[in-house]
Amino acid sequence: MSAREEILARLRGALDGAAEAPAPPRPVVDARAQGDPELMAGRLRDYKAVVHRAGPGELAAVLGGVLAGVGVLAVPPDLPEAWLSAHSGRVLRDPDVAALDTVDAVLTGAAVAVAETGTIVLDAGPAQGRRALTLVPDRHVCVLFTRQIAPGVAQALARLRPTAPLTWISGPSATSDIELSRVEGVHGPRRLDVVIAEY
Amino acid sequence: MTHGTGNLSGADFPRAALPLLADDRLRRNLRHATGTIRAKRAAVVGEVDDWEELREAGRAIKAHTMRHLPELLERFEEAAAAAGATVHWARDATEACAIIGDLIAATGESEVVKVKSMATQEIGLNEALEARGITAVETDLAELIVQLAGDTPSHILVPAIHKNRGEIRDLFRAAMPGAQDVSDEPADLAAAARRHLREKFLSAKVAVSGANFAVAETGTLVVVESEGNGRMCLTLPETLISLVGVEKIVPSFADLEVFLRLLPRSSTGERMNPYTSMWTGVADGPSAVHIVLLDNGRSAVLADEVGRQALHCIRCSACLNVCPVYERTGGHAYGSVYPGPIGAILSPQLTGVAANRSLPFASTLCGACYEVCPVKIDIPRVLVHLRQEAPKSPVERAAMRAMSWVMRDPRRYARALRAAALPLRRRRTLRRAPWPLSAWTAARDLPLPAAKSFRERWKEGV
Repeated sequence: MSAREEILARLRGALDGAAEAPAPPRPVVDARAQGDPELMAGRLRDYKAVVHRAGPGELAAVLGGVLAGVGVLAVPPDLPEAWLSAHSGRVLRDPDVAALDTVDAVLTGAAVAVAETGTIVLDAGPAQGRRALTLVPDRHVCVLFTRQIAPGVAQALARLRPTAPLTWISGPSATSDIELSRVEGVHGPRRLDVVIAEY
Repeated sequence: MTHGTGNLSGADFPRAALPLLADDRLRRNLRHATGTIRAKRAAVVGEVDDWEELREAGRAIKAHTMRHLPELLERFEEAAAAAGATVHWARDATEACAIIGDLIAATGESEVVKVKSMATQEIGLNEALEARGITAVETDLAELIVQLAGDTPSHILVPAIHKNRGEIRDLFRAAMPGAQDVSDEPADLAAAARRHLREKFLSAKVAVSGANFAVAETGTLVVVESEGNGRMCLTLPETLISLVGVEKIVPSFADLEVFLRLLPRSSTGERMNPYTSMWTGVADGPSAVHIVLLDNGRSAVLADEVGRQALHCIRCSACLNVCPVYERTGGHAYGSVYPGPIGAILSPQLTGVAANRSLPFASTLCGACYEVCPVKIDIPRVLVHLRQEAPKSPVERAAMRAMSWVMRDPRRYARALRAAALPLRRRRTLRRAPWPLSAWTAARDLPLPAAKSFRERWKEGV
C-alpha cells in the first residue's frame, strides 16, 4: 500500500462511527463594504508605518515629497508614469534581485487593505509586480486608494482571488523573539510608507 | 493504530523539571516574557466584540474539518497538483525526513534555508539532513538563537524564550561572524541577524517550510510570520518543500477569516502579524513546489473521541503563556517539541500514552489554558481522560486496590480513619512519607488526616 493509501485508510478507520460535525453557518459577507480610511491610518501608525494622505489630484505631488532623497527607486513594470511625474531620482523598472538589494526604496500600489488591522494585501496585480520587489529593498512605499480599503478580514478575503500569490503586510518587518517584546526591522523592509490616496 | 516518532518524548516530567525549577535565571526570563505577552494578548483580544463567537467558529470549523479529513485532504491534493505542486505523503518522521532529504539531494544543493516550522522540529529534520551532509539554516530569529547555541526549542512561538537579551548578545558575539560588537538591545540583535542571513537568502536555491493552513478548496498554503524570513524563503529560492501536518487543512478560503483573526491576537498579541504569505502551487516564486503531507501519529489522535480535539490546535502558544506549570518549568521539562498544556495532551497522543506517561500529569488542571485557547480545546478534560489511560505502576495499582478494599466497608473505613488519626503531631503536612508513598511525596507535601474525622465530628453534632 502506498503511503497515501495507508494514511487515508488510517484516517477513515479513525473516523469510523464518529458523529457528524456540521460546518458552522457561513456569515454573509459584503465584499463591497468600505473600510474607514481614518481607522486604517491609525492602525498603520500603531504598527510603526508612516502614513501620508493625498487628496484628489495630489498623488504625484505627495509622492514627490515622500520620495525626496531616494536616489534609486525600484518600481513594477506597469507602475503608472503619472505617479512619478514629481520624482527626479533614478528609476529601475522590475530589476533583478541583486539590483533590488542596492536600491533605496520600492514604490508599488496595492490590491486590498484591512482597516481593522492596518493590513495591506498585494496580489501581483496592477502596479504591484513580483513578490521579490517589495521584499528585498529596505523601504517600501505603497500607494493605497481609499476604495481599496475593506473594513475587516472577511471582506478583504472576499475581494481577493485565492490562487493569486498573496502577501499580507502589517507594518514594517518585526520580531517578538527576544523576551517577547516587539522590535521593528528584521529581514523585510525596515520602513513602510503608506500613501492613502483619494481617487 | 500507528503512533508517531521523532522529537516527541523525553525524560519523566517531574525528573526533568527538578533541575529547571532550581534555575533562578530561567524562571526570571520566563516570568518576564510570559507576563509581557499575557498583557499584550489581553489588550488586543479585548478589542474584538465578537471574540467568543469567533472562538466558537474556530472550534466548529476545526471539528467539521477533522470529521471530513480524508475527503478534504484529497481535495487539497487535487487542487494543489492542478496548480503545479507535487504532493507527497509521509506515514511517520523517518519517511518524511527521507522524502525531504531525497528532494534536496536531487537538486544537488548541500545547504537549505528554513522557515520556522514545528512539524520539521517534530520529525527531527535538521539532524536527518545533517546525517546526509545537508546543512539546514534556521532563519527565524529565535530558531537561529537556538541553533547557534546548540540548544533545543522551549516554546512553540518563541523557541528561545528561555534566554534573555544578555545571553543572546553573548551568544551572537561568540557564534555569529561579524557580530563581535553587538549590544544587548533587541533592535541591534535583530540587525545583526539581518546582516548574517542576507547573503544566505539571496543565494539559497532550496527552502524548507511548514504551513499554518492548507486550504482544501483551492490547494493554497499559508505561512504566518513576522520577520520577513518566511517571505525570503518562500519567494527567492528555486525549490520550495513544505511539510504540512494533515490537520492543517481548512475547508475553504473564506474560513481563513476566522483563523487570521484568532491567531495573531492569541499568539504575539498583535491585531495582525507583519507578514502572511499565501501561495497556490507554482506561482510567483519557486519553480519547483513540493508539499509533504505528514501523519506521524495524527491518525491515532483522530481515533480518540475525546482527545481528537488536540488536532484543532493552531500553534498560537497562548496556553503556554498562561500556564502556571509552564511558567515555572519552561518548555524543556516536557521533553517534546510541543511543550506546555497543548503539548501535555498532544505529545502523549501522538506517541501513545505508554511512551509519554508523565505528561498528562504535568498540569494542575487550573483551566487557564482552556480559557485562552482560540479554538476552545478543552485541555483539562483531555488531560483527565489521558490520565485514566496512562498505565499505572504496580505500587500505585496495589495501593488503589487496598484503598478500594478499605472504602468498600463502612466499619473498615471508620477504623482506618481512626488509625490514621492516632499519632499525636503538630504538623499538618508530611514532607516525606515512607516508601512506597515516598514516590508521591518527592515533589509534594502530604496533607495529614485530621485528629478527628468528619464522620466522628458529625456524630458528635458539629
